[in-house]
Amino acid sequence: MTTAFVTRSTRASRIAMIIAVLALIVLAAAPWWAGRADLRLMGEIFLYLALACLWNLMAGYAGLVSVGQQAFVGFGGYMLFALTMFGGLHPVVAILAGGVLAAIVSVPIAILVFRLRGAYFAIGTWVVAEVFRLSFAQVSSLGGGSGSSLPVDVVRSLADSRSGREALAYWLALGAAVVVIGVVYAFLRTRRGLALTAIRDSEVAASGLGIDIWRTKLEVYVVTSAFTAIIGGLIFLQKLRISPDAAFSVNDWTAFVIFIVVIGGIGTLEGPIIGTLLFFALRETLADYGTAYLIALGAVAIVVMLKAPKGVWGLIRDRFDIELFPLSYRVRTRDDHQGN
Amino acid sequence: MSALLSVSDLSKSFGAVIVADETSFEVAQGAAIGILGPNGAGKTSLFNLITGAMTPNAGRITFDGADITAVPAAKRCKMGIARSFQVPQPFGGMTVFENALVGAVQGAGLSGREAEAHVLDVLEATGLMNKANVRAGSLSLLDRKRLEMARALAAKPKLLLLDEIAGGLTDAECVALIETIKNVHAAGTTIIWIEHVVHALLAVVEKLIVINFGKKIAEGAPKTIMDSPHVKEIYLGVDPHA
Repeated sequence: MTTAFVTRSTRASRIAMIIAVLALIVLAAAPWWAGRADLRLMGEIFLYLALACLWNLMAGYAGLVSVGQQAFVGFGGYMLFALTMFGGLHPVVAILAGGVLAAIVSVPIAILVFRLRGAYFAIGTWVVAEVFRLSFAQVSSLGGGSGSSLPVDVVRSLADSRSGREALAYWLALGAAVVVIGVVYAFLRTRRGLALTAIRDSEVAASGLGIDIWRTKLEVYVVTSAFTAIIGGLIFLQKLRISPDAAFSVNDWTAFVIFIVVIGGIGTLEGPIIGTLLFFALRETLADYGTAYLIALGAVAIVVMLKAPKGVWGLIRDRFDIELFPLSYRVRTRDDHQGN
Repeated sequence: MSALLSVSDLSKSFGAVIVADETSFEVAQGAAIGILGPNGAGKTSLFNLITGAMTPNAGRITFDGADITAVPAAKRCKMGIARSFQVPQPFGGMTVFENALVGAVQGAGLSGREAEAHVLDVLEATGLMNKANVRAGSLSLLDRKRLEMARALAAKPKLLLLDEIAGGLTDAECVALIETIKNVHAAGTTIIWIEHVVHALLAVVEKLIVINFGKKIAEGAPKTIMDSPHVKEIYLGVDPHA
């Protein structure tokens, strides 16, 4: 009899890892080879990638379909402004502090909205985000409803030259995307990640097998909220200007993010990456057509949901049985010890 | 023998629908008992109450010496209660191996190679070894039922609750299943088995409980129960006076 053993890496995942490292080196050097506009666009892509990856963890795995994550994007943005302007913190420190504060704020919110189920939960999170928007619009020292710009001395504290600042903002965005993907991947590989994946597929069976569903969801909600706030801080560090409508925009920070995750493939790590690339490809080619661009996005979303409910990555995975992030366990016997 | 599970005066209703009506019984350590009753009698609800998927309106459940009436479902599994679902609930996006691994890691608290080795043993015992890398969502009904069993066994339960695990199987498949359950029982696991395939049930259990409309109406040795006119009337629809 052959002895069976368990492995997690596959040939596809090893190749993907090498390509990812090479791509990362090329991207990290972008300030030397890319133009200003391209650098800005790529920075935006990385931040959307991070947001999509976080929303996917929360909605795709933990089943928390929130349409209110703009609450934390805006919160993180406003914390950047408040803590640098009134606290005298360095912008990067302020952004990280914003993440910690968001984690603290997210706990009572979770206790409140976790009482709601399904569509009611979604609406509840949206209401919370609106409360955030209206509250920050009341703070006159942050510009009230019309918002404010990041003071020149705060901007200068990042780097002396404009190109230096733009490079820094780019690297922070790239770093944030890498950290978020790395953290989500590392989390999913642990026993808690296994529990979360089980919850994704069947809550009733998961709870019967010893998984504390409420607590697992709470952990995911708190962690994603904290990271979402950090990404929010980085978004408004790029923009240098904040207003309640921009900070708490459901369109920009939630609708587009959901679109990315759904067309890419919800409940997979690869999905948000593919979705982000598709979304920006569509946006850059169709942006000149005004409203027709949004109509096209809607049409794409409807077609994908009807024809490929598991997204583009779901189609690829079902056809080729591959996985770029090695999360699966593969049982092999000694005589077929071949990666695939 | 001391009782592993003791259910006393357990009641549960949804509006006018009564699924458990002052039900009381005890299951001895190492016993194997079967539960019979017509469709809608409250058999699965009884399992839901024992596993904590439902909270009773009244009554008490004691397991392994501790009152677990208010203990959440996840904790009960860690204490040693695992079940199979009548309608299989596989983790569809995960492989067969990963499904069972959830039981081993979360339920039994194993980790690393130890958990993996235990899962491989369970897959071998339940005949799923050749499907280990298959996504559970694409399994046939028989394999889904096997997976229900494997996942519950991976949690190393002291008390295993089987809910119509033999329903829909061919005779040959049923024989293999009975063999597996007998082995699990022989290894010391206490079993409560809900089943309509009576011959499968009788091959394993040493006691039967019959329920109807949420009420326990008979309890005793399988032969006595199966010969009881009252049970025949309720369960088989036989008129005792005919």
